[in-house]
Amino acid sequence: MKRIFHFTIAIAILALAPLTVHAQCKGFAKKICKVELTPFIHDGNYHAAILSVGEEAELYKTFYSDTDYRISVCGSPTIPDIEFRVIDSDRNVLYTNKSQDYSRIWDFRLEASQQLKIFVKVPAPEGVPDDIQSGCVAIMFGFKEK
Amino acid sequence: MGKNIFLPLPVKLTAVLLAIVMISGCGSDKQKGAGGEFGLDSTEISQDLLDDINNAKQIFYSLPSPLETAMLIKSAGAMYNEDLLNPVSNASKYTTNKAMALNLGIYTTDLSFASLFDQTQTSIEYMNAAKLMADGLGILDAIDNNTIERLEENINNRDVIMDIISETFMSSSSFLTENERPALASIVLVGGWIEGLYIATNLVEGPDIEGNKLVERIVDQKLSFEIVIKLLEDNADHEAVSSLIADINDLKETFDKITITSSPIRAVPDEESSVTILKSESTIEITPEIFQELTEKVRVLRQNFIS
Repeated sequence: MKRIFHFTIAIAILALAPLTVHAQCKGFAKKICKVELTPFIHDGNYHAAILSVGEEAELYKTFYSDTDYRISVCGSPTIPDIEFRVIDSDRNVLYTNKSQDYSRIWDFRLEASQQLKIFVKVPAPEGVPDDIQSGCVAIMFGFKEK
Repeated sequence: MGKNIFLPLPVKLTAVLLAIVMISGCGSDKQKGAGGEFGLDSTEISQDLLDDINNAKQIFYSLPSPLETAMLIKSAGAMYNEDLLNPVSNASKYTTNKAMALNLGIYTTDLSFASLFDQTQTSIEYMNAAKLMADGLGILDAIDNNTIERLEENINNRDVIMDIISETFMSSSSFLTENERPALASIVLVGGWIEGLYIATNLVEGPDIEGNKLVERIVDQKLSFEIVIKLLEDNADHEAVSSLIADINDLKETFDKITITSSPIRAVPDEESSVTILKSESTIEITPEIFQELTEKVRVLRQNFIS
């Protein structure tokens, strides 16, 4: 009986771990990523996921003309610096932070409204890692009031 | 006499924990499945990018938030009109999860609109209406009494007010998403988006729409409409969402009559300001008749949501 009890406890901890991680992800997004948006106003949308090294995510959003935007993409300290690219509907890469020392923010303004894609990746480090690292990755947007 | 059966604590705990494990496991599987259903057109694309897309695990569809929507309306030169807001007295009418989610989005857009125009008392009333919806949906702590107090204390400080609105909206969305209720989170967003369209279309004055900045903003929503549909389709297994897709699709025929043509984008970084300008030109084609058709369809849809 004791063994079953211990086994169930272990399974429960493993199963509930993602929920705890999600809660930490929200805290991380609020405390770390949102701050990076300053002095822009956070739009209030929440986009975050638990990603492992080598995993990717993409986000589709319409950005409006004559509005100043800031994208903030950040990952928890347990994973490498996050790579992100901004891609237009013709699949042209408009920006990549890889050439900007993996900057976590990008400020831009559009002359015409466009639907853009934000592509996010947790880069795999050189060599074979000892274990699979995973952590929270958040994508947030800020704008300036006109 | 009835007989109580007392099980040893470990057995009870084991049963409870197993139940939690099973419930938690089911939710996780569902979320993973939804994300994997999307397919993208991968023609005319480099192999590198193709690999990236094929490997993509998570896909997000982001709609303009209530705060961004209100800002877009204001920056287009629109005036404030309180008569366009959903009366707070309607709040007690909403009892289903779908109605509460739609009107959480609607009231948050109304709140954002009132706040950006410095309507202090109205802002407090609409924050309370949004709180009623959030409470009804079981969203814990997103909007509590401290939020209302903070709003009242900073009622003349627009920056703080906007921060409070964005914070509460983020807390509501994240609570729903993280508690395996992403379908309701998508309904909240769509409710807010429709309210923005309703306010904007009704603030356009006169029949002459040529060169009207607010009309341009409304036409731009054709781009977001595609995202609305994707977002809802992502959660189509939820009954409330599937009925919403049918409602929203009524707008498709009208948006299809509107043409937006854009030239290729050229990214020009400005070293001094560190802002990159995405240069391109776009032209829109919409007739007053199509604009009226869109206005009427949005009005009917929104009336349906707030009834």
